[in-house]
Amino acid sequence: MAAPALRVKGACRTYEAAAGPALDHVDMVLDRGEVLAVLGPSGSGKSTLLRAIAGLEPLDSGSIEFENPDERLAVVFQNAALFPWLSVRENVAIGGRYRRNRDRYSRQHVEELLSILGLVEHADSYPDELSGGQAQRAAVGRALAIRPDILLLDEPFSALDPALRTILQSWLRDLIDRLQLTAVIVTHDVDEAIALGDRIGFFAGPKGFTRQWTTTHGSPARKDILAHYASRDSEAVSV
Amino acid sequence: MTHHTTWTTQAPARSTGARARTTAAGSGIRKNLGLGTLGAATAIGLWWIFTHTAGQDNPLIQAFVPERVPAALFALLERDVLLADAWASLRRLMAGMAVAAVLGIGVGILIGSSQTLDRLSSPVVQFLRMISPLSWAPVAVALFGVGDAPVFFLVAAAAVWPIVINTALGVRSIDPYHWRVGQTLGASRFEAVRTVLIPAIRAHVMTGVRVALGIAWVVLVPAEMLGVGSGLGYEILNARDRLAYDEMLVVILTIGVLGIILDLLTRILLLDRRRR
Ligand SMILES: Nc1ncnc2c1ncn2[C@@H]1O[C@H](COP(=O)(O)OP(=O)(O)O)[C@@H](O)[C@H]1O
Ligand SMILES: [Mg+2]
Repeated sequence: MAAPALRVKGACRTYEAAAGPALDHVDMVLDRGEVLAVLGPSGSGKSTLLRAIAGLEPLDSGSIEFENPDERLAVVFQNAALFPWLSVRENVAIGGRYRRNRDRYSRQHVEELLSILGLVEHADSYPDELSGGQAQRAAVGRALAIRPDILLLDEPFSALDPALRTILQSWLRDLIDRLQLTAVIVTHDVDEAIALGDRIGFFAGPKGFTRQWTTTHGSPARKDILAHYASRDSEAVSV
Repeated sequence: MTHHTTWTTQAPARSTGARARTTAAGSGIRKNLGLGTLGAATAIGLWWIFTHTAGQDNPLIQAFVPERVPAALFALLERDVLLADAWASLRRLMAGMAVAAVLGIGVGILIGSSQTLDRLSSPVVQFLRMISPLSWAPVAVALFGVGDAPVFFLVAAAAVWPIVINTALGVRSIDPYHWRVGQTLGASRFEAVRTVLIPAIRAHVMTGVRVALGIAWVVLVPAEMLGVGSGLGYEILNARDRLAYDEMLVVILTIGVLGIILDLLTRILLLDRRRR
């Protein structure tokens, strides 16, 4: 196997005024072309880990290494956080207005994305005219427009109603296959992890991952994951 | 001109509700216009009755009867003073507003960006904005001499606070996720200011400017009574000195009309340009 796209080593992070650390020597590896689903209960520190990878959260100690020193990341948050003063097309294209993305961005790519995302007829609409699902697709488009090496998603569909969530999960999985994306997706939803992940890491708490499943050869038994949820082996494993 | 007592007005919401309102606005505007005309006509009627009954032997009130307005207006226009004075006043208003906008937006962004700075400056801002800018008039004249400069100063001193307060509010109301979006997409500090900060605070700043303009216009007229030789405030004193009370009334009415026009213009400026 080639060098991993991303390697997290001994990541530690304690929030000010917190009783204990949110991340306590967490290790993680992400291979090029794979989708890692980080599954775990609320408050276990998944978002902290994702924010640290995204460079939004400083680490107290430990390191985050990328295969490519000029690695480009893009993040999709739980809420779409589209700019309300821009049209959908302008929102998707926003990364092109930043010097850092000049080499990767093209207007034509934005138009392609709008059509892949099924947003062509809403391209000139404004975010307040979109449904929750459309807004979240636009947020995915905004992230993909800068052709990121790694896409980071933090509970991207958890604000949507369950039926729509299922539809968007299979839509995103198709998109991932089609564009051969490398991604980390954080979720507390077992079905979402199964639907999206090539590999599922169980993130139990500050100590990090306690178990992992690979889904390339048929999806892991849902039962197995649920059993692990119940038992919560506290032994940290390398994911 | 309406007197604004609340300085921090919510910026217009870009919600679906706001859009629904604009479609119903057509008939609403027509109805408002009708009632507004009726109200204005009633006010003129009451004014006529008052000046014809109460003020029979008072020369000032005698000069204020509505039917003398047209002749006085023509007299002022004939001497070329009214438009020149209105222009002089507007010019000073714009100069004072420009100073207030530059200072107010700059200071507002700083205060809005830093909680420490906000806490540090809050008592001073609250204190200063409660002092009528006209209290500074003697100071302004002493510092800047007689002429345009003290008027600019007083207008700016009146207008700066609502701009500071609304700009700071705008910065504080920025969705933290919008900053994160900029940051994770690789925006430099300057690019984040350009693509997140400025568009995000625009509506709040415009609200501040509109409130400021109303206050500035109210302060401008008495400020022009401080030894300048032109402007609507000056013309009121000039008409009084000539005992031309009817012309004085015309100047006062002009102040009101210009105030309404200014407010309308800023309202148009405030309109969400994104939609027709
Ligand atoms: N900005 C913050 N300041 C202080 N504590 C935080 C902050 N963000 C998260 N935490 C705490 O850190 C822990 C992990 O949070 P988080 O990473 O959001 O977990 P998850 O995404 O798995 O729900 C929780 O106990 C949470 O309360
Ligand atoms: Mg979270």
